[in-house]
Amino acid sequence: MNPLETRIPAPGALAEFQTGFSRALFDDEAPKNADIGALKAQPAFAVYRNTVIKACIDALQANYPAVSRLVGDEWFRAAAAVYVREHKPQQPMLLQYGTGFADFLTGFGPAAELPYLPGVARLDRYWTEAHVSADQQPLDRAAVADLAAGNFFRVWLRPHAAARWTWFDDAPVYAIWSRNRSDTPIDGEIDWHGEGALLSRPRDVVQWIELDRAGCAFLDACAAGATLAGAAKAALESDANADLAGLMSTLLDAGAFARMSPDDRNHKEKSS
Amino acid sequence: MTALLTAGLSLKPEYYEAALASTAAGSWFEVHPENYMVAGGPRLGWLEAIRSRHAISMHGVALSLAADAAPDAAHLNRLAELARRIEPALISEHLAWSTWRDAYHPDLLPFPRTTAALARIADNVSRTQDVLQRRIAVENPSHYLALDGHEWTEIDFLKELTLRTGCGLLLDVNNVYVSACNRDFPAEDYIDAFPGDPVMEIHLAGHAPDPNLGERLLIDSHDAPVATEVWALYERVIRRIGARPTLIERDDNLPAFSVLDAERARAADILRDPLAAAA
Repeated sequence: MNPLETRIPAPGALAEFQTGFSRALFDDEAPKNADIGALKAQPAFAVYRNTVIKACIDALQANYPAVSRLVGDEWFRAAAAVYVREHKPQQPMLLQYGTGFADFLTGFGPAAELPYLPGVARLDRYWTEAHVSADQQPLDRAAVADLAAGNFFRVWLRPHAAARWTWFDDAPVYAIWSRNRSDTPIDGEIDWHGEGALLSRPRDVVQWIELDRAGCAFLDACAAGATLAGAAKAALESDANADLAGLMSTLLDAGAFARMSPDDRNHKEKSS
Repeated sequence: MTALLTAGLSLKPEYYEAALASTAAGSWFEVHPENYMVAGGPRLGWLEAIRSRHAISMHGVALSLAADAAPDAAHLNRLAELARRIEPALISEHLAWSTWRDAYHPDLLPFPRTTAALARIADNVSRTQDVLQRRIAVENPSHYLALDGHEWTEIDFLKELTLRTGCGLLLDVNNVYVSACNRDFPAEDYIDAFPGDPVMEIHLAGHAPDPNLGERLLIDSHDAPVATEVWALYERVIRRIGARPTLIERDDNLPAFSVLDAERARAADILRDPLAAAA
């Protein structure tokens, strides 16, 4: 038994205080506990309440900049306030706060006129995931070029830890997101069609490119453990006209892969 | 290493390049470890680069030492992992709570200073020090509410905490000033009674009047220069207890690095010669 266990006092008055105080911070109704009610009646209680709610909304806005830019500050913060009430932060790394924001927007009535908004939120979230993912060396183009012809279709290309991709059937979500991700002026018409995106961070900086349906299917297959042959098949099933050589080149340039296994070059080195 | 630290600055991403280039003697940088609890990426890369040239202090906001529960084991392990990676000169936390029953409240929340609370917090501090394998400094919080049920003064509570756990203290002079204004007690009395020996670090920051209540309620906002009254309290405590690593703490409304660096230099001057600064 851990000797520390015996020293811990049983939860008591302090626990009761914290449960009441926590509810009073997030809930609108009057506290049941009279002592907490008296605290909440003090004007100074609003300092804690405002700090907590504002920090949550600020974090959400920092984590979803393209959504915020699309809908404007006032709309975003009003929607975020609703989200915060329904989804308190569960851990203190606020960079990770709002993992469910895209799903929330899908069911959020006032967002119904912007059906692409959840997709934009998903790409903002992918940016954060790519930004904080584990560091990995991207797979070198030469490693693939060096593959012996007989092994080419047998290798498994493993997606880079930072790589995130998705296909959107109904809207040019990548174009909308990428134009709103930075502060640059937005001009030009957007061609309305389905669109996919690939975000990656081969080194320090998160990068993104548009990715077609076949490319997304290819990466999905790689992530599921398919060999290059299997991934190529998936891409062609998605689009019979897919340019596989061009796709491989695009994905390698984007740093979408970290390793291949078995690593053909390692095999050669070990056997020599 | 602690003995060599003079005055330091909060490290924000906006200051990474300037911090890396800084050559001020004894200067150091403080971070909230929660912002660096990531698997990889440029944030950690910057922190490690700055760590290669400067001492780092890790100032946590989320251990929730004053919660009626043990610190979250996963969070404590993340903190220990970051400490192994960064080897900080100092690690500090707050006499407050922020996590309760799987919800994180991004603030430093108050509690009644009871004997039962003291036992719980002493246990939480000991547990933290056991996992980190080092002494931490615990910071006096800012007060806004009139809270019933205190059985201990804050000074006696902190003194007893240091005796029971061997922990150090972080004296936030701005918190003392803000609390003294809000709760109507003389800041000088608190500063003079604060136990000097355990002080491992001092914080200086700016505050702001509440947008609704004005000067009647000061907010520990960290978004303004250090106030004249806070500088005076700082000189007063340094004259009494001697030099301690001192942070200019700024989290919002960030000015140019050179503006903060001038405040840092002013604190360093006071540390070098508190009597001259008073003259």
